[in-house]
Amino acid sequence: MPDPVPFRPAVAGTQPPLDLPTYLGTRRRRPNLPPHPMPHTVTETTGPVFTAERFAPMADMTRQGKEGAMGERIVVAGRVTDEDGRAVPHTMVEIWQANAAGRYDHAADQHDAPIDPNFHGAGRVFTDEDGRYSVLTIRPGAYPWPNGPNSWRATHIHFSLFGPAFATRLVTQMFFPGDPLLALDPIFLGVPDARARDRLIAGFDPEIAVPDWALGYRFDIVLRGRGATPVEN
Amino acid sequence: MPAATASQTIGPYWHLLEDPSWADLTRFGAEGERIELTGIVTDGDGLAFPDACIEIWQSSPDMSDRFPGFGRSGTDRDGRFRFVTLKPAPVPGRGNARQAPHIAIWVLARGLMRGLATRAYFAGEKLNETDPLLASIEDKARRDTLIAHPEGQGVWRLDIRLQGEGETVFLDV
Repeated sequence: MPDPVPFRPAVAGTQPPLDLPTYLGTRRRRPNLPPHPMPHTVTETTGPVFTAERFAPMADMTRQGKEGAMGERIVVAGRVTDEDGRAVPHTMVEIWQANAAGRYDHAADQHDAPIDPNFHGAGRVFTDEDGRYSVLTIRPGAYPWPNGPNSWRATHIHFSLFGPAFATRLVTQMFFPGDPLLALDPIFLGVPDARARDRLIAGFDPEIAVPDWALGYRFDIVLRGRGATPVEN
Repeated sequence: MPAATASQTIGPYWHLLEDPSWADLTRFGAEGERIELTGIVTDGDGLAFPDACIEIWQSSPDMSDRFPGFGRSGTDRDGRFRFVTLKPAPVPGRGNARQAPHIAIWVLARGLMRGLATRAYFAGEKLNETDPLLASIEDKARRDTLIAHPEGQGVWRLDIRLQGEGETVFLDV
């Protein structure tokens, strides 16, 4: 059996370091030692398969209660590709976020902002044949967090993707254009390369909007691509 | 072509996604040697914490309609994750090598800007002595951080220490 084709290493500067002193939560959790190098094997080049039949999509996060969720309705849509620009079809995209007031529907969130009984804040969609996904939600609010005096997270939506392999797993956050908190958010700013960082900011996109109903934001996601096929000995 | 999208922390509120049944990889009727894989996740102060998201992936037994190969478990108030799964068999390594039975682990948590990859091997497996990854870790104490130990019938325990004394070997995957 030929060796599996490995996935490419990260392009320098495009991924955040684990040691990020401006984000206090990293201090006692990031490893002290560098990761141990290893070639990819079948364990890393294969991965789970999730199907819409088994894991029911939740593409409308505004209609999970008795009434519609409070807030500004938005469609977030985009395309998932690999680093070669190839579509990543039929992959699961998990989404979670705070409500319009900046409060998560979660016991650990003690921010003094109202819970919306009609908004839970979790979604799940699958990309189509061309790698495209779309979800209807509300624009989340900003919220303070314990990272020094009067720290606020930039407004964001969490994303989780799997792609074709264990090695392509990605958990990230989508931000909003024009948010003044972006310049102050150490998690966002933790990505060293400015272009890579800016790709975490969704584009305001009237083409995605639903007229007279919801604004649209485009958030394209790139998963790791395969390296060159190794030369067989 | 743009590089892969940057990782960001999973944060403390990922439980909004959580379906505890995902921690049982046998829930679709998989048949085989059932095992439990459990452990405590601790930080650099040795404190267990309850907001980690632990995921596992195994390429053996083969994924099927009955066996997803993937599981997700939060850590509880004692920092403990717990999976029910099937014992993996050896799988091919690179070249002609064979890898000892193992389960890939992905650790996500608030305070981690990227997920941390590691593996669980099983104490007493003969192939552990020749497994290419284990063999590449020269320090025995470090190597042992990847080896789960039996803790009762069918229960395997592997603690994960993110930082400091006894720090788990994390892999550059």
